[in-house]
Amino acid sequence: MSDAATAPVSVFAPWEDAQAKPLIQFQNVTKRWGDFTAIDDLSIDIYTREFFALLGPSGCGKTTMMRMLAGFETPTEGTILIDGQNVAAIPPNKRAVNMMFQSYALFPHLSVADNIAFGLKRDKLPKDQIAARVEEMLSLVQLNRFANRKPHQISGGQRQRVALARSLAKAPKLLLLDEPLGALDKKLRQDTQFELMDIQEKTGTTFVIVTHDQEEAMTVASRIAVMDHGKIIQVDTPSKIYEEPKSIYVADFIGDVNLIKGNVSRTGDGHASIAWAEGQPDLTGISHQDLPIGSAATLAVRPEKLSIYTSRPKDQSNVIKGKVLDIAYLGNMSTYVIETPSGDLIKAQIANTRRIHRRQITWEDKVWLSFTDTAGVVLDK
Amino acid sequence: MRRLSWFNAVSLTLGFAFLYIPMMILITYSFNAGKLVTVWSGFSTKWYGELFRNEAFLDAAWVTLKVAVMSSTIATILGTMAAYVMVRAGRFPGRTLFSGMIYAPLVMPEVITGLSLLLLFISIGLDRGVMTIVLAHTTFSMCFVSVVVSSRLVTFDQSLEEAALDLGCTGFEAFRLVTLPIIMPAVVSGWLLAFTLSLDDLVIASFTSGPSSTTLPIKIFSAVRLGVSPEINALSTIMIGLVTIGVIGASLTSKRSIAKRQKDEQEAIL
Amino acid sequence: MKRFGLISVPYLWLLALFLVPFLIVLKISLSDTALSIPPYTPTLDLSQGWAGIREWWAGLDMENFTWLTEDDLYWKAYLSSLKIAIISTVLTLMVGYPIAYGMSRAPDEWRPTLMMLIILPFWTSFLIRVYSWKAILSNEGLLNQLLMNLGIIQEPLIILNTNLAVYIGIVYTYLPFMVLPIYSALERLDESLLEAAEDLGCSRFTAFWLVTFPLSRQGIVAGSFLVFIPAMGEFVIPALLGGSKTLMIGKVLWEEFFSNRDWPVASAVAVVLLLLLIVPIVLFQRNEEKQREAEK
Repeated sequence: MSDAATAPVSVFAPWEDAQAKPLIQFQNVTKRWGDFTAIDDLSIDIYTREFFALLGPSGCGKTTMMRMLAGFETPTEGTILIDGQNVAAIPPNKRAVNMMFQSYALFPHLSVADNIAFGLKRDKLPKDQIAARVEEMLSLVQLNRFANRKPHQISGGQRQRVALARSLAKAPKLLLLDEPLGALDKKLRQDTQFELMDIQEKTGTTFVIVTHDQEEAMTVASRIAVMDHGKIIQVDTPSKIYEEPKSIYVADFIGDVNLIKGNVSRTGDGHASIAWAEGQPDLTGISHQDLPIGSAATLAVRPEKLSIYTSRPKDQSNVIKGKVLDIAYLGNMSTYVIETPSGDLIKAQIANTRRIHRRQITWEDKVWLSFTDTAGVVLDK
Repeated sequence: MRRLSWFNAVSLTLGFAFLYIPMMILITYSFNAGKLVTVWSGFSTKWYGELFRNEAFLDAAWVTLKVAVMSSTIATILGTMAAYVMVRAGRFPGRTLFSGMIYAPLVMPEVITGLSLLLLFISIGLDRGVMTIVLAHTTFSMCFVSVVVSSRLVTFDQSLEEAALDLGCTGFEAFRLVTLPIIMPAVVSGWLLAFTLSLDDLVIASFTSGPSSTTLPIKIFSAVRLGVSPEINALSTIMIGLVTIGVIGASLTSKRSIAKRQKDEQEAIL
Repeated sequence: MKRFGLISVPYLWLLALFLVPFLIVLKISLSDTALSIPPYTPTLDLSQGWAGIREWWAGLDMENFTWLTEDDLYWKAYLSSLKIAIISTVLTLMVGYPIAYGMSRAPDEWRPTLMMLIILPFWTSFLIRVYSWKAILSNEGLLNQLLMNLGIIQEPLIILNTNLAVYIGIVYTYLPFMVLPIYSALERLDESLLEAAEDLGCSRFTAFWLVTFPLSRQGIVAGSFLVFIPAMGEFVIPALLGGSKTLMIGKVLWEEFFSNRDWPVASAVAVVLLLLLIVPIVLFQRNEEKQREAEK
């Protein structure tokens, strides 16, 4: 394509390419257990080499989706295609899909090397090929020294890597990861996130990860699907999800956000304004929705997008007057909670780029907040 | 470190004395030279000699051993299957009846079990002998095996089986290569329990044995019903000795493997 | 299909060797004694088809059960079994609780050994353990020798072949069944609960009575059923340690069957015993389920 040739860097975004063929297709999939609907008429495409995150609170159906891909559950209605093939009739042991379990599910009676070789032996590969592949996988996760240890003889982080190596050993088209870092402590988790991305890139495998940790999803994923009650609320790149949430649910689920309720006063040019409180000027933000004038709407704006002033700023569009109710010093930044005359609480986060010798703003001070027209998003209801 | 209060020390001492003194006395008097088991008349091992010359006892011991090995082995297979069904098979028609039949024999008085099996064997015209005792013992001990094995299966992480399937195993391969090796200790203790129950059983064996298939407990019972006999003391001592060696051995092995495991885990963290 | 095979093998085994035998007992308990082989009537003759079944059905009656109520041997035996089972359960609890309590308060490194010492007798022959008391309790036995040598008594105590010997036998053989559930309840008890109770003004004893004891209740209940249920149908202990006056239903059933060869009455005795045991068995199951749910 000529567009790609002229682009300075080729960005990996097959979902924007109408010609690209998806690896996984969910077509109107529903899963019910008795009266309970785990997955509700869900359709989605996932592309080769993607690192796709299913994000949502527990019970939102993300694990069910993953188990349907692995073959442990079958859809009640709808079809799932992998590489264009309907997988309904294929049992888990015949699918070119492997899974890394939340508990790791390492076989406690087998050594690290035998765990990794387990799937290869099922394929009846010749011995020397198996040995070579095991060696290769051990190097990939840097565990060659531990090949002969049993799972209980290695640390939690090493176990996680054995589980990863085992599920990658058969070179699956698709790797499913169920809360892969859930059992690790925070520091190790952050290191491992980068390692995962690295391995995904090296092996070129499509990864689908299930997580409830939004930071994790933001870090590793090429696209995130935010789920709730068996439905996908929004599918987008991490930055789009964060900056341009399409619903209050997504805005509220990812990161910290101020939700300011009001009524639409003006629309047009990709923006909308809301009237929200007596004596305060209207607030403006980006809007992609068709909002009728006068309808109820909410402006979602991230605390770090707000600036704080001790006097009314000039030439600023979105200005809110209030007084400081609370200050939290977090080291790298400070959070100010501002109470408006109408009683609403609004949070602003200011980066502490310099050491503060004396606080310029303190409790009960009268302050003004402001943000640009592109900082917030106006959403219906 | 915690220390015992005098009350706890006394209750433990008295309790264990109560449990062990009768057996100590039994063992001591098996080495008594005299015929009376209540009057000490010098050390002797002659009753052990008598015992090993007593053909009837040796025959009975052989029958008992055969029955115990056969019944505990069949019971372990059936009991493990039953445990798997109870824990994994989900719902199926007649499940309530099935679980009832698993649990009922555990609390059923032996006289009833024995009587009912005997009446069954008579009504289908099965001659009583080693085979009928094996059938009877298998039936009640498979229930014990299934309880032991299912309590292990309940805590078994099901994702291990799913991982095996995910890596290409068939259902049976997953059981053989993953589940069975992991639950093996429970299966072995189930077998040992079934074996002991069979060795020990008097009542059910009395109902289901024939004239040519007297087991050791039946023999002992008819001998001690009349009174105490030093030969039985010698036999008891041998049996207690074997069990003690077995139990202490088993607990030492498990203690060592726990200690090794803890050491391994500590090393893993470093 | 594989699942069907897995279920059906143990299922059919239990149907054929547990349920069917019991139905046969039920059937024979409704038949009459006869001097024939087998020694009861009517027998089901399927070769005569439907008429045979009808004739057989008409021959069944409740006569044996009426007989059980009329002959006072039987109801006395039931009552006596009940009495012996209750008394020995209470005695086992009194002996077992302090042991379980002591074990749960013992230093951690002792516990596996103490546990092994409790379980060891369980693996040893039941028959031998009962028998070991014969030499101790008889008139010339070691207990009487000891007491007479110490000058505590002049005449030997008559213990063997009385109900007292049966109590001792039951307490001795069933002790592990009482100790283990109570111990596992006490072991789980968080010691800070007792410290909290003492902190709130309880004495050691009231803390035990208000905190430890209620929290070990499920263990006590489980242990009591585990002793009571088998004690009700016990045969070996009354046969070896009890006297001719010791009436227990297991012994009566045995004698009806082996000595009197009265199969229908023996079957009726078995059916009634089982009916009596259904209540404690159901209560026991419910206690177990409650405990399992509490652990979840």
